Amino acid sequence: MSKKDNRQTPENFGQSITVRNADLWYDDYQALKNINIDIPERKITAFIGPSGCGKSTFLKCFNRMNDLIDGCRITGSFKVGETDIYGKINVNELRKNIGMVFQKPNPFPMSVYDNIAYGPRTFGIRKRSELDFIVEDSLKRAAMWEELRDRLGKSALGLSGGQQQRLCIARAFAVKPKIILMDEPTSALDPISTGKIEELCTETAKDTTVIIVTHNMQQAARISDKTGFFLLGELIEYGDTDEIFTAPKDERTERYITGRFG
Amino acid sequence: MVPRKMFEDELAELKNELIEMCKLTEVMIENATKALITMDRELGKSIGGMDKRVDDYEMDIEKKCMRLLLKQQPVAKDFREVSTALKMITDIERFGDQASDIGDLVYNMPGEKYIKELTHLTAMGELAVKMVHESVNSFIDNDEKLADTVIGTDDEMDDLFITVKNELIALIKKDGANGDQAITLMMVAKYYERIGDHAVNVAEWTKYNESGIHLKF
Repeated sequence: MSKKDNRQTPENFGQSITVRNADLWYDDYQALKNINIDIPERKITAFIGPSGCGKSTFLKCFNRMNDLIDGCRITGSFKVGETDIYGKINVNELRKNIGMVFQKPNPFPMSVYDNIAYGPRTFGIRKRSELDFIVEDSLKRAAMWEELRDRLGKSALGLSGGQQQRLCIARAFAVKPKIILMDEPTSALDPISTGKIEELCTETAKDTTVIIVTHNMQQAARISDKTGFFLLGELIEYGDTDEIFTAPKDERTERYITGRFG
Repeated sequence: MVPRKMFEDELAELKNELIEMCKLTEVMIENATKALITMDRELGKSIGGMDKRVDDYEMDIEKKCMRLLLKQQPVAKDFREVSTALKMITDIERFGDQASDIGDLVYNMPGEKYIKELTHLTAMGELAVKMVHESVNSFIDNDEKLADTVIGTDDEMDDLFITVKNELIALIKKDGANGDQAITLMMVAKYYERIGDHAVNVAEWTKYNESGIHLKF
């Protein structure tokens, strides 16, 4: 297999995220209220909070997924590195640099190989040797190469739930994103698959910024470097994970993570 | 029963056991001091027998803490309370060991009567009980101020130790025949002083429990 890697990785696209005074409305309903946060590059940042608190909504701001929702209005400043992501930018380019993995594995109804090659093909890579390299490289990064190398031509829909989710992460790797967003990526998985994905997150964070929304408090405590607690559209507390889970400063964080809420 | 209630019940049970363990060590130190003052060798010897119960408490509380950590995976204040209890039982167990050691020293005390008045050693014994009581209570009552008091009291204990040491050195210098008993009394003083240090450790864990920051004083 030839070892060509012609995927573009724009140098000017940073890996840290700075948000200032962010508000988000769905028509008249304000879902995010004056969010300010600095997300460090090449670390794992976890967002926690009860259902409906705005954490997933906030996550989707980073790759402008909310643009697709009618009546959604966002104000404030969102910068990735120095790039204003709500300024004049190519949204496809943004989503290439900021990959996303969803709660439910969503492999395309095609072969394992084509799932991984889909993104690179969209961005103009056609040579078989290059695509072969990308598929192998992405599956290796997702620690799936050995289990799938003989099944590349088989339908991705035949994989187990855990494998499908890791394939989706490998698919995200294929376009060499600088940041990966994960929206409850393990909530539908068994503990072994969950463990594999958590290991994958830790490996990924060596060169990629990872932001994960999770309902699993122990998962946030285990793998993240920073944690943000959201409640009713507000970022109540944000800090080092060790500190949030040992001695949170805000009483509401304490009540939520210790299960005293409500 | 909701998990929160289960956790709180188990934590309350754990704290009750800590109180019982602490009370037992207080009695042991009081008995050690009483045995010392009256040179009651049999009372001194009996303290070692109580130490087994302290060890049992330690094992049981340790098991309860481990179970809470495993089953409830506590975080924030819950985590600090369980880890504080787990850490402080080591110091409480040492209270018992040292009281028992003092008892042994009394049992084997050289001579039939003391070479000096035991005023300062008695004061050390009383202070040790006070520090033990207050250090564990500071945790039970979430009382950081009381923990600070315990930490401050340790200076008093150290001063008493130095006083006793100087008195004993003077007695040895005066008459070499005082040596055997003087060294034994010196060891008693050292054990009291160590009880004070362990009480400070407990107080430091109380402060960690309140603030999340573990500082050594």
